[in-house]
Amino acid sequence: MADVKSPMAGTIFELIAAVGDAVEEGDELVILESMKMEIPVEAPSDGTVAEIHIAQGDQVQEGDVLVTLSE
Amino acid sequence: MFQRVLIANRGEIAARVSRTCRRLGIESHAVYSVADADALHVREADGATHIGAAPVAESYINVDAVLDAAVQAGCDAVHPGYGLLSENGHFAQACDERGITFIGPAAAHMELMGNKNQARATMRDLGMPVIPGSAATVADDDAEAVAEEVGYPLLIKASYGGGGIGMATVKRPNQFSRSLRRARSSALRAFGSDEVYLERLLVEPHHIELQVFGDGQGNAAILGDRECSVQRRHQKVIEEAPAPAPHLTDELRERLYDQVRSAVAGLNYQNAGTVECLLDASGEIFFLEMNTRLQVEHPVTEMVTGLDLVEWQLRIAAGEPLTELPGYGDPPPISGHAIETRIYAEDPETLLPSPGSIDVLEVPDEPWLRLDAGVASGDEVSHFYDPLMAKLIVYGADRPEALERLRIALDGSRIEGLKHNIPFLQRVLDAQPFIDGNYDVTLTDGLLKS
Repeated sequence: MADVKSPMAGTIFELIAAVGDAVEEGDELVILESMKMEIPVEAPSDGTVAEIHIAQGDQVQEGDVLVTLSE
Repeated sequence: MFQRVLIANRGEIAARVSRTCRRLGIESHAVYSVADADALHVREADGATHIGAAPVAESYINVDAVLDAAVQAGCDAVHPGYGLLSENGHFAQACDERGITFIGPAAAHMELMGNKNQARATMRDLGMPVIPGSAATVADDDAEAVAEEVGYPLLIKASYGGGGIGMATVKRPNQFSRSLRRARSSALRAFGSDEVYLERLLVEPHHIELQVFGDGQGNAAILGDRECSVQRRHQKVIEEAPAPAPHLTDELRERLYDQVRSAVAGLNYQNAGTVECLLDASGEIFFLEMNTRLQVEHPVTEMVTGLDLVEWQLRIAAGEPLTELPGYGDPPPISGHAIETRIYAEDPETLLPSPGSIDVLEVPDEPWLRLDAGVASGDEVSHFYDPLMAKLIVYGADRPEALERLRIALDGSRIEGLKHNIPFLQRVLDAQPFIDGNYDVTLTDGLLKS
């Protein structure tokens, strides 16, 4: 299992991944909005989306777990 | 003159407008969101009203909340700063309907220039050269034929766009239809309209702009030019006045100033504006767009003219004619050289945002250095807003002296607690094209790759 963490404080602008999705390294999982910029958060490795810990509009802090991927 | 001005903005520009109000004996009234309750712009104002939650849609761009605050605080005018509501014609009209003076141009001019394609057509009719492109917005069925006429490489641009959003570069015809679809969808999401037009892509252009003022009584003044070719993500990072581009010759300058002055007078434009142009390598200059507000980089113009542009804005909004404003001259008095660097809370390598708290923010104390800051040591830089923390501006008798002082200023500044772009600015300062004063909008591309 791999936790995908937020690289910075921000607001969840768009949730792209859904539980059960097979993703490849580099696929966009979540779009974070911070300081008027949309920042894509990508899958660090191939895997399957096991858990989603946030919803659109949520406020997150740097290091908060956004998505958990299983191998 | 006004008694009490509501400043419908936040950060450094709100604090800066407050300072001029204080000097002129006008009370300033701030507005703030939950996230800004202890912000510098609130501390600097004479009074303040809380107007809503942190997201700008629920506070700073909520027309009713801002206007209710102005009425309740007994303000007789509103200064919109830049961004937020500053180019919103509905807001200007709403101010008018509630008997409050909007410090800026007429709503009709804001709307005219807000539609980039209409702005181009208007300026072309007033005698300004525009970048070759489609005559109007393009429809899907004939877009490819229009693109062939414009020629490749080209740019797809959103009619209501800005800040590089909804803009796509197309190098070859086979990329066109996909790029068009993508540009339309991002324009629709950001600006509520998927209207786009096409423009030929100029190769390695310089971004040159003119500071203009009109008084709505037929008078227009050009307060010199600025070069803003140091950009990242199509946003400016360093600006200087006068523009150092070597192919902006005296002859070209004179012709450009005449064209812009007659266009601004022809529009019967009122208050501050900026006419942005692109200068290509062959020395041809084209109208890009007009910003109907005070510009972020206005301090470089203030440093070389000795004028206070916010004071001019206030006086013109209060009905004073241009020719009677303090410091007015024809031509305006311009001496020396000024350079502004924007200090952003962002990673100096990736240039990605870095919100957080500022433990220390210190710059050298020098008579030739001006700091327009929105935050101070101990303040928070919130992820809800733009990453601009402060603008550091230096003045020199000539460009070499200004460059030397900028280096001293950046080397001697201390910012701790979050990531900031000073190391990136120092890399720009070391780049030979920047030192030579001959750099185009692609300068930072090379710095990021290396």
